[in-house]
Amino acid sequence: MASNLPPKPTLEHSTAASGGLAHEHHERPRGIWRWLLTTNHKEIGTLYLVFSLVMFFIGGIFALVVRAELFQPGLQLVQPEFFNQMTTMHGLIMVFGAVMPSFVGLANWMVPLQVGAPDMALPRLNNFSFWLLPVAFTLLLSTLLMPGGGPDFGWTFYAPLSTTYAPPSTTFFILSLHMAGISSILGAINIIATILNLRAPGMRLMDMPLFVWTWLITAFLLIAVMPILAGVITMMLMDINFGTSFFNAAGGGDPVLFQHLFWFFGHPEVYIMILPAFGIVSAIIPTFARKPLFGYASMVYATASIAILSFLVWAHHMFVVGLPLVAELFFMFTTMLIAIPTGVKVFNWIATLFRGSITFETAMLFALSFVVLFTIGGFSGLMLAIAPADFQYHDTYFVVAHFHYVLVPGAIFAVMAGVYYWLPKWTGHYPDERLGRWHFWMSVIGVNLTFFPMHFSGLAGMPRRIPDYALQFADFNMVSSVGAFMFGVSQLLFVWGVIKCVRGGEKAPAKAWEGAEDLEWSVPSPAPLHTFETPPEFTPITH
Amino acid sequence: MRKSLAWMMGAGSFLGLASSTLANGWNMPVGVTDVSREIYSLHMTIFWICVVIGIVVFGVMFYSLFRYRRSRGAKSANFHENTSVEVVWTAIPLLILVGMALPATATLKRMYDPSEAELDVMVTGQQWRWHYEYLGEDVSFTSSLSTPRSQVNGEEEKDENYLLDVDEPLVLPVGRKVRFLMTSDDVIHSWWVPDLAVKQDSIPGFVNENWVRIEEPGIYRGQCAELCGKDHAFMPIVVRAVEADEFDTWLAERQEAAAAEASGVDREWGMDELMERGEQVYGSICATCHQPDGSGAEPTFPALAGNEALLNDLDRHIDVVLNGVSGTPMAAYRGNLNPVELAAVITYERNAWGNESGDAVQPSEIQALLE
Ligand SMILES: [Cu+2]
Repeated sequence: MASNLPPKPTLEHSTAASGGLAHEHHERPRGIWRWLLTTNHKEIGTLYLVFSLVMFFIGGIFALVVRAELFQPGLQLVQPEFFNQMTTMHGLIMVFGAVMPSFVGLANWMVPLQVGAPDMALPRLNNFSFWLLPVAFTLLLSTLLMPGGGPDFGWTFYAPLSTTYAPPSTTFFILSLHMAGISSILGAINIIATILNLRAPGMRLMDMPLFVWTWLITAFLLIAVMPILAGVITMMLMDINFGTSFFNAAGGGDPVLFQHLFWFFGHPEVYIMILPAFGIVSAIIPTFARKPLFGYASMVYATASIAILSFLVWAHHMFVVGLPLVAELFFMFTTMLIAIPTGVKVFNWIATLFRGSITFETAMLFALSFVVLFTIGGFSGLMLAIAPADFQYHDTYFVVAHFHYVLVPGAIFAVMAGVYYWLPKWTGHYPDERLGRWHFWMSVIGVNLTFFPMHFSGLAGMPRRIPDYALQFADFNMVSSVGAFMFGVSQLLFVWGVIKCVRGGEKAPAKAWEGAEDLEWSVPSPAPLHTFETPPEFTPITH
Repeated sequence: MRKSLAWMMGAGSFLGLASSTLANGWNMPVGVTDVSREIYSLHMTIFWICVVIGIVVFGVMFYSLFRYRRSRGAKSANFHENTSVEVVWTAIPLLILVGMALPATATLKRMYDPSEAELDVMVTGQQWRWHYEYLGEDVSFTSSLSTPRSQVNGEEEKDENYLLDVDEPLVLPVGRKVRFLMTSDDVIHSWWVPDLAVKQDSIPGFVNENWVRIEEPGIYRGQCAELCGKDHAFMPIVVRAVEADEFDTWLAERQEAAAAEASGVDREWGMDELMERGEQVYGSICATCHQPDGSGAEPTFPALAGNEALLNDLDRHIDVVLNGVSGTPMAAYRGNLNPVELAAVITYERNAWGNESGDAVQPSEIQALLE
């Protein structure tokens, strides 16, 4: 399909103005100190992206341990205690270590370039928010080696399993989550400050690229909910170490309170992991359809309404904990409402494709499969919203299928699309299209082999988070495991493609993609260390 | 409202027929209660709505991808908004959602009405088994996994109901409304039997309600649905639904057996009988954590074999078993086991695996402590 791509813009006619001169101001530290002390948004962006890639592989290996054990019924490779640690760590690492930092990495690189700012508003804070993460996750991973093992209570760590009944290492888990949370809050503050204060003269809010818009809204979500997470884990810390009974029923505490607090954080958190993906896809589809994004304003309003609704739906994760009828109805209705702004987004992307002039570069392939597969995840989400039916779906593999569809071919495909899209800007070279296509097709097939059968095993009655299962689920699980290994191995192609692109390849001009319009394409490729030292001329593009 | 419900039921039963070929381990079971059938038709209705929307949306998308390829010479248009189209594609989904919310609300209201139950069953989740008590009938028992570990570890062939068999199923009458009261002694569990469409969390310190009226006799299997620790995968549920008169006979027999056991409290028990009964209780209640050989799993579950602190202090041993240890996974067993079972298991723990205290704890002593 993509074998006859159009000629790429050549170096000669890419004379777009560069935003600033790439000269060095002073002696820069070398080696490890350069990376430890850097306050440059591009270098910090790279650190975030590399970190999240490493976490993606560690979390992926944990997932493969899980899938290997589930390849057939019976216990073969690991014992249930270790299995529970693997599912828990897989979730924690992927959510807090891979997906979130990868979006922050993209924001670090692209938000200043897209708004015409010389750097992030608070560069030293930026350095600090990044370096908290390796410390936090080294601590988290080290719990696996502690007596009693690491966290084994699921990434949702419901009390009292995570307090009274938890392994001794839980205190370290709490500390590491606190650090990751502080990092997120500081990162969010920085992004808001950059977007609100450092836009190029003449760029109004409604002129901003959608990636900037979605990140602005995401950052507000982060600031609103990370403190709730911090509160709830602090209450756990008190229950474990200081004899309080927030969640201990024997002491008059309330285990359901834990779930209300967790999901009041957790549901907005779900959108924190998808809104920036909407922004990336909204940049890529118009570029390769060579047509302005359809419904720019409605995209902004849809993103904002999803963010507001995300505070009103948390108890749809709790339909079977025994909520009163009115609460069930309220949360069912609000949850169903989310389908409307989400639908608007999907329709807008498709309307952008309609009557375009479409080519299928790797970035576009990932963005298009995002639209399809994220929508499938949205459909199962709509099914889960129907409270009576949720009594059958809840805590089964149907739910596992649902959230992996929105997170893997959703969030993660969008990140990969963004990487293929912006690699020419970062490295000055086009990524290898042939390799990219292999990576894409292997990933798409692997992802669907892994997660589609989970709809069936879940409906047929398989609970989630079990190391062993009844015989009627055997076939589905075998297919899922094969798919998971295929997906896992194909990510090595991604790493190879990125390394290859960093080291060389076809030279890219400033405006690497013919249909790309935003400000980042006005600076040279690769983007010099310092850009937009004087604010660029900004002429609004028709949105 | 009534009209849309009727329409939905009609559509649901049609879809139910159309998809009955699917319902062989690929789809949600239709189940054997009114509620389970309503849930099934809600599920199939929303499923087909999604399928239709998917065909339209992906149809337009793939048409565009094919028709407007640059390689076919497509020139891009420049439009980027159209208010009427945007209003339409906001309004239509809203109408579909309202149409879906109405029948879902009706079903939910029925599910939330446990009134006029003819039988109350208290369901208590415990790591990792279920305890059932027929309230007001003096009958209660514990139901644990009966699949042998040798099948789990692959030393023996797995049988048909691998991981879905228990030593004592929950027996329920067909045709009577049964109310469940769900709670837990330790962490949160969730009692789920797909064919009955009952899934309800059992939460320490809370009592949740749910109900069922089973229509067909049969064996219905399910599992704990909420992660509850190490053996979460190994606490299945089996419901044996029998005709009402057969149920009454069964209940009467169980009541007699319970009465006989209660009378055993007063007599003097010999060491051998205590050890024999104790081994049985230990195997079904204690062995999952403290291990069949009493070696425990440090640091969470202390070893009982050679545990000097316990062996030198009989009173403390009894206290731990009866009242649990707060702040640890050790639960209080005073409500779950009868005095004979408690005396036997304590005796067993003090005299098995090389422990040689020689103490034979009498059921009457425990009875005195419980009062
Ligand atoms: Cu359980």
